[in-house]
Amino acid sequence: MEGAMGLMRRMPPKHTQTALSALLSLLPDHSADLLSQIDQPLQVLCDEDSGKEFILCEYNRDADSYRSPWSNKFHPHLEDGMYPSEELRKLEVEANEVFTVYRDQYYEGGISSVYLWEEDDNEGFVACFLIKKDGSKYAHGKRGYLHEGGWEAIHVIQVGPDEEGMAHYCLTSTIMLSLTTDSDTSGTFNLSGSIRRQMKAELSVEDGHLCNMGKMIEELEGKLRNQLDQVYFGKTKEMVCTLRPPSELLPMTLPDSRNP
Amino acid sequence: MSDEEDTQDIILNDEQKIDIAKWFLLNSPPGEIQYVAKDLKSVLNDENVYRLAALEAFPIYNKSHFVCLQLPNRSGDVLISSYSEISEDEYLDPRTAQVGKVDHVRQICTGMRPARDEELPSHYVEEYRCALDAEMSKYVGEAYPKGVFSVYCTSGKDAEESVSDFELVVVITATRHSPQNFCNGSWCSIWNIEFKDELQTVEVRGKIQVTAHYFEEGNVQLDAKHECRDSTIYQSPDDSAISLMNIISHHEAEYLTSLQASYSNLPDSTFKELRRKLPVTRTLFPWHNTMQFSLTRDLTKELGIGK
Repeated sequence: MEGAMGLMRRMPPKHTQTALSALLSLLPDHSADLLSQIDQPLQVLCDEDSGKEFILCEYNRDADSYRSPWSNKFHPHLEDGMYPSEELRKLEVEANEVFTVYRDQYYEGGISSVYLWEEDDNEGFVACFLIKKDGSKYAHGKRGYLHEGGWEAIHVIQVGPDEEGMAHYCLTSTIMLSLTTDSDTSGTFNLSGSIRRQMKAELSVEDGHLCNMGKMIEELEGKLRNQLDQVYFGKTKEMVCTLRPPSELLPMTLPDSRNP
Repeated sequence: MSDEEDTQDIILNDEQKIDIAKWFLLNSPPGEIQYVAKDLKSVLNDENVYRLAALEAFPIYNKSHFVCLQLPNRSGDVLISSYSEISEDEYLDPRTAQVGKVDHVRQICTGMRPARDEELPSHYVEEYRCALDAEMSKYVGEAYPKGVFSVYCTSGKDAEESVSDFELVVVITATRHSPQNFCNGSWCSIWNIEFKDELQTVEVRGKIQVTAHYFEEGNVQLDAKHECRDSTIYQSPDDSAISLMNIISHHEAEYLTSLQASYSNLPDSTFKELRRKLPVTRTLFPWHNTMQFSLTRDLTKELGIGK
């Protein structure tokens, strides 16, 4: 597994899916670990009942079907699929409604889905909040800056059992961001990849799990946004400038005026 | 989540494993193939499969990434490329007219010999090659702190004054590996220069590729590419060399400027298109009071308003 994760840190992010299927075929015994530890590009399916789109991931998958958070039905149809308990489903419905508003306010578009399920080994539960936004000029990019641009956020949060009014929350957030610009004069420019961060908190359950989880997600998402800025546009630029420092003033004759 | 994965029943044969192993090696970012090889060995757990994949993948990787190896007595550097390839494990250093024997998998030069006459261009072409090499040396030395380059004759190496069509290729690479900072990068430019006797012109085609890889708690890669063309007139070796060096430095400086422009425009536009810093309401999301969203929704439904 360590070697597999090492490889995933180095393969080009645009080939994540190919790399993952290659690893799955080399290490069939580790498929569950690989699928839960490697974030794949998010796919979307349309819920036929509600007409709304939902996001597919490991957490709403059973066999080859995916459960929609809107109708609670599996697509394609599945006999005895796994469902969350009635109580948890209630929270899931509410979480999906509220997260839709959150997503609209921050992303001005895109798709979101929230999935909840019980933890086997304790009284707690796990929630997964997903957001996918295509910001290319062909999709939801209102301003038309990007030839291709996608933002995918995966927030997985483990919620411990209620102990004397307090619960332990552990949030792992991954953001996958890719963008491309293309022009005749400056060629193609692509930045893609993902960064992942963790945040833990012990919070009073008085305000409700949704409120606690939401605040943590909002905070970590904001931090990740800043870090994406630093890594994507800071670190890689720094590297380019080390390879070829920009301020070189070469003592040379100017090139003859040439027609392009 | 579902129970056990329907584990793939298909057992891979060795040939398929070698193909997968090659894919990983060939997709290594610049300067990272040895790290990929180490992880791959542990994943494969099959020395023979690894060895066969490495034998095929390393030469391709070394050539496409213009890996630079020092000659055994440090008298020069050999850039591994299709332009310098004499045989699968022999590569020419045109500057010192020596041939290095290369161990691809270990990425070292294990031996060397002087180049034979038939491996070198004619005296006529060599004058042009050598003059350009000298000009480029000044330019690369100043523009790239860790740059290496080579000038090859890739066709018409027997050209003489009477039939003087030939082609030179300039390869410039600069790499930076700082694993302790979780960051690697490379700049590579290839300039094809065609001397055309009939039209008395020199056609120039350039390809520049810049990559960077950042991998601390993540994996972020920059991949930028640019192509351009230019031309000049067929002159004496020294004059040609000066105008070619000027063309190359002009285009490379221009490209760097456009890269910097991308970096100053992109952060703002990217985040505007993708995720705002604050919600449209300009205040943090009211998690304490989310009942309002479900309530207004129920109300809209009941009153039959909204969509």
